[in-house]
Amino acid sequence: MQIIDAANLDYRAVNEALRGTGSDYLIEGCLGQRFIAAGMSDKNLTINGIPGNALGAYLNNANITVNANAQDAVGDTMNEGKILIHGNVGDTAGYGMRGGKIFVQGNAGYRAGIHMKAYKEKIPVMIIGGHAGSFLGEYQAGGVIIILGLHKDSKPIVGNFPCTGMHGGKVFLRGTCEDIHFPKQVTARHADTKELEEIRKYLAEYCSDFGYSADELLSEPFTVITPDSKNPYKQMYIAN
Amino acid sequence: MSIEFIYPEFEVIRNENRCISCRVCEQQCANEVHSYDEKHKIMTCDDSKCVNCQRCVSFCPTRALKIVKSDCTLRENANWSAQTVKEIYKQANSGGVLLSSMGNPKPLPVYWDKILINASQVTNPSIDPLREPMETRVFLGKKPSKIQRTKDGALDCKLPPQLELSMPVMFSAMSYGSISYNAHKSLALAATELGILYNTGEGGLHEDFYCYGENTVVQVASGRFGVHADYLKAGAAIEIKIGQGAKPGIGGHLPGTKIVGDISRTRMIPEGSDAISPAPHHDIYSIEDLRQLVFSLKEATEYKKPVIVKVAAVHNIAAIASGIARSGADIIAIDGFRGGTGAAPTRIRDHVGIPIELALAAVDQRLRDEGIRGNVSLVVGGSIRNAADAVKAVALGADACYVATAALLALGCHLCSTCQSGKCNWGIATQRPELVKRLNPEVGSKRLIHLMTAWKHEIKEFMGGMGINSIEALRGNRLMLRGIGLTEKELEILGISHAGE
Repeated sequence: MQIIDAANLDYRAVNEALRGTGSDYLIEGCLGQRFIAAGMSDKNLTINGIPGNALGAYLNNANITVNANAQDAVGDTMNEGKILIHGNVGDTAGYGMRGGKIFVQGNAGYRAGIHMKAYKEKIPVMIIGGHAGSFLGEYQAGGVIIILGLHKDSKPIVGNFPCTGMHGGKVFLRGTCEDIHFPKQVTARHADTKELEEIRKYLAEYCSDFGYSADELLSEPFTVITPDSKNPYKQMYIAN
Repeated sequence: MSIEFIYPEFEVIRNENRCISCRVCEQQCANEVHSYDEKHKIMTCDDSKCVNCQRCVSFCPTRALKIVKSDCTLRENANWSAQTVKEIYKQANSGGVLLSSMGNPKPLPVYWDKILINASQVTNPSIDPLREPMETRVFLGKKPSKIQRTKDGALDCKLPPQLELSMPVMFSAMSYGSISYNAHKSLALAATELGILYNTGEGGLHEDFYCYGENTVVQVASGRFGVHADYLKAGAAIEIKIGQGAKPGIGGHLPGTKIVGDISRTRMIPEGSDAISPAPHHDIYSIEDLRQLVFSLKEATEYKKPVIVKVAAVHNIAAIASGIARSGADIIAIDGFRGGTGAAPTRIRDHVGIPIELALAAVDQRLRDEGIRGNVSLVVGGSIRNAADAVKAVALGADACYVATAALLALGCHLCSTCQSGKCNWGIATQRPELVKRLNPEVGSKRLIHLMTAWKHEIKEFMGGMGINSIEALRGNRLMLRGIGLTEKELEILGISHAGE
């Protein structure tokens, strides 16, 4: 384990240190440095302190654990690997994510999981322990987003306009979500046994990371949201 | 017939004396215009399906075919053209948004055609490019504003990353998906041979084309299709696409019918699923946010690649470019309102954006006024049709030009402007294997090389005539240009004098 003291380093210096030969790193005193581990592969990184925007952007099979909150654009366009946040994340977490996992113990800001994708067996997974802000899963084209609503406060499990423009993948919200308004082109219904079985392995991993019980989580009903069509705009055009 | 009937735009004229009923036209037409009448042993046709792509005309062995614009006219007038009326019929029939392809066809001013180029006479000798060296190479990227020395007094020769082009032209972004594998391969082969670059567009990079990486610009757009660390590292430069001249302000939409096989894998979305690029990058609402994407890309590629930011030419383009020049981007690409597209809503294509000539002149001037012209190189596109347009663009302030429509024409495109149908008979804007194979990448690349080599000769002729032997000395040299038939305001924006002045 190599230790990087980030107190007086800018993001460029932090990343240069991370690009060294080692595989296990600990960043101490992180103070908002952006782009940490952007595009990196084969690293195990733990961060004490708060990383700045675009943590793990284009992450290409590295593991990152943050022992605090993270800011905006966590795992932007991430390809493979895992980001574990013991706190909250800001806006646009997992933008365009195409593989790997983002597990957040706390809450997520706006536009979490926007335009997530999937291809065959490569399925990105994002799990948020608390609640997510507005526009969750906007333009979602693939992958699995799970919001657990574990931390009871006055906020609803998702903000306004969830799944707007969704045309692939699945969103799971724990609870019956009766008071949440979804757009017309998606279907929200109770997740069936098969679907719950589908997410059990992700939840089991999440629970072992954060010390929850998967059985307990699954004892409550889940709402699953899926798009009605893979081609939501098909009827809108006429050749001219 | 009914109220929904619209008379076909084109008519197929077959010279029966020449037609040998060989059925080549039938085989060549993916629109299924031609068919063979077994009973009467003659060829017949359905004009209503014809898009006038000239494929059958080009392949008819006896020159028995021609396509003409129908002379069955509506009662049009100066206000209600036939096109305007037909568009209303189409929308009344379907309720759909009109969808078109290729560039803006409207009779709006083409400023290139109102700009004339200078030549030397008596007082300043012209140069013969056939006998004297002529430098057409350009380097794109940030240029230092002053000479730096290291601690021991030696010159600091470290420059930010630069792209070297053998001539001031690149092939602009066309995604794998909107155009075919063979079209992409033709562009990649030609760019490599010519020492210029082609651009992946927002469709990712097929694994077969990673070997052309040194001559490839890889694009990152709002849908982030096909973007991952290896892709970013594969290219010579990374382009953030904010907008496109044919459809400023709106996103892209590749229909699910084109998301098949390799396209699906390269974009990393399931087969048959629409590929939707949102109108904005949802993480960019300001220049500061843009700066964040620029630097996340630079971090991911260790500052080895220049980053291009591509925007459409719109009203406040000079202020926008000034912001981009301060965002850390190395190159700004501006796409004018006549730029092409594989599909765009007709109304947007024809009515949004401004001409590239005015945008370029305004941006170059603004960046000079602010003392930040060296922060970025400028690349312009949006209908650069020939070497004269390219020379005028450089003299107006561009470092290089993006061309796409001209390149497609070289590959066989006949500008039928129906790319959105996916039935391109020339094997360019299609994913149907039997059509794709009609475009041979060896032949295609050779034609592109011919075209660009010819342009390069012409550019040298222009330069020689002006007494300039290095393209760098032409950049922003607006004294070499004069306007013809332009208003004072137009001349002011273009920063040129009127012919005769």
